[in-house]
Amino acid sequence: MALLEVNDIHTYYGNIHALKGVSFEVDSGEIIALIGSNGAGKTTTLRTISGLMAPRDGNIVYDGRDISATRADLLVVRGISMVPEGRGVFAKLTVEENLDMGAYIRADGDVAEDLASAYAMFPRLQERRKQLAGTLSGGEQQMLAIARALMSKPRLLLLDEPSMGLAPVLVDVVFAAIQRIASEGVTILLVEQNAHMALQIANRGYVLQSGEVALSDTAANLQRNEVVQKTYLGID
Amino acid sequence: MFRNRSGEFSWVDFTIDVLRVLIVLAVVVGAWNTLSSGRISLAQWVNLLAAGLAQGSIYALIALGYTLVYGILLMINFAHGEVFMAGAFSAFFLAEALNRTGFLNEQPLLAILLLIMFAGLVSMTVAVLVERIAYRPLRGSPRLVPLITAIGASFFLQYAFRGLYGSNFKAYPQLQALQGALQIGEFNIPITQIFVFSSALVLMLGLHWLVERTRIGKAMRAVSENKEVARLMGIDIDWVILFTFGVGGFLAGAAGVINGLFRPQGVNFYMGFIPGIKAFTAAVLGGIGNIPGAMLGGLFLGVIEAIGPNLVLAGLGIPGANQLKDVIAFTMLVLVLIFRPQGILGERLSETKA
Ligand SMILES: Nc1ncnc2c1ncn2[C@@H]1O[C@H](COP(=O)(O)OP(=O)(O)O)[C@@H](O)[C@H]1O
Ligand SMILES: [Mg+2]
Repeated sequence: MALLEVNDIHTYYGNIHALKGVSFEVDSGEIIALIGSNGAGKTTTLRTISGLMAPRDGNIVYDGRDISATRADLLVVRGISMVPEGRGVFAKLTVEENLDMGAYIRADGDVAEDLASAYAMFPRLQERRKQLAGTLSGGEQQMLAIARALMSKPRLLLLDEPSMGLAPVLVDVVFAAIQRIASEGVTILLVEQNAHMALQIANRGYVLQSGEVALSDTAANLQRNEVVQKTYLGID
Repeated sequence: MFRNRSGEFSWVDFTIDVLRVLIVLAVVVGAWNTLSSGRISLAQWVNLLAAGLAQGSIYALIALGYTLVYGILLMINFAHGEVFMAGAFSAFFLAEALNRTGFLNEQPLLAILLLIMFAGLVSMTVAVLVERIAYRPLRGSPRLVPLITAIGASFFLQYAFRGLYGSNFKAYPQLQALQGALQIGEFNIPITQIFVFSSALVLMLGLHWLVERTRIGKAMRAVSENKEVARLMGIDIDWVILFTFGVGGFLAGAAGVINGLFRPQGVNFYMGFIPGIKAFTAAVLGGIGNIPGAMLGGLFLGVIEAIGPNLVLAGLGIPGANQLKDVIAFTMLVLVLIFRPQGILGERLSETKA
């Protein structure tokens, strides 16, 4: 059984019909890429899964239960964590306070241990742990957003364009981190405009177009697909 | 000067600049006259300053409630003055009872602590109920709507207390331990003022610890910065907002008791109105939404009120200068809104926040 099943969801912003029947599934342990051009509905899909928005139609099943109407803060407790588009670090909180907020739901005493492993993954963050997050560079903020999302010990990690606005070197750092997180057993749903990078680390992928799934295949097949090459990989 | 950003002459800017010059002139001339006349001795100045700091710390405690709520909801809780009143008023009855049994003067420290806790809890409850009943159902509606329910909640609280207890002032019993004055060098500082200032300080340090060090305090800051991302951390926004109202309410209730022991005229149903507006002024003065700003703004307003009339107004030959305290406070509010709407410590509100 899939860890996450998205069944024909329709999501609206007022009258704007942003998702017009999106369906896909994510199996436990997979990295799934969701690609598509600007305005295709990628962010809306993640926001609907994470509970920030509710679908008007269709349903979302996570771990065998319908979560279509469950609040975002309760889904975090259930193991869904999201790195929002634009990172969303708390600029006026220090790096470490941001990580503390990531662990907000946890009552167990092992937070210090996880803080240490977050710093081990991104040593830059340790150097800057007392600094306000707003003073970090874009790349450091992305690392912080990812590390923070891991502090809740998620089973499913939703990433919204983690490579946006980053220099190529940092894109590599971020993608290496994502692969490592996946190798530790976290299931990943990765939204990217950088289809090239996303398809390199994903198992399977879905192409979103105008609020609908236009294509779905293994990452390898998608990389070879002519339409994908033309539209999303910039290969003629 | 005299030109707006596009470089053209603008009457509004011109008027504001003229006003600026006139105010500075008035302050300088008034202060010069007073100081050169030597009418007020150093000891008297120190007394005015101490009284101002004491009154100011009460403003500060109330102002924190405005600023905490504004920081998290970008909303002015205009029922906050009544939250203050509810605590002060309820604790009056406890103070009376403690006085009758003699406990009040046998164990003054314990009695004060008890009164503060009681008033704090009453005000906290009132603040939480106001949020739950008058504000939460309207969250997301246009900004004017909660303003109207705030005024409704204010009237409700005022007239509930008036209906229950009448409109007479009821004076808090006097605490013997707070009588007299402390001799510091050549200055005589009334013990009540020291009590007011130091208990407010303790409460503010407590708030600082709560907001900076605890999990819920960090969550308050996170929610005030970005509610959506806070939800993605698993934070229950509604609970944090309620908690924030509760903290502001507790401080207001505590301020109510401190005020009751400090000011002899006592409590009545309307007592929250003026301190409420002044504390709001203090919060705006310090930069609304900014916690240290509210503390500073409160102290600043208290001191200005105490010293301003004697220093500036008396020096300008205005009679009965001390009756004009309230005028000073509200003039400050208008001036701040004109010249520095972001307050002393506040940042300029961006379009998205404002
Ligand atoms: N806040 C919003 N209000 C109205 N329409 C929106 C809003 N956010 C997104 N949309 C619309 O929904 C569609 C999908 O947007 P989005 O999910 O952000 O796309 P993507 O993340 O793939 O770029 C777009 O047509 C966009 O214009
Ligand atoms: Mg997007």
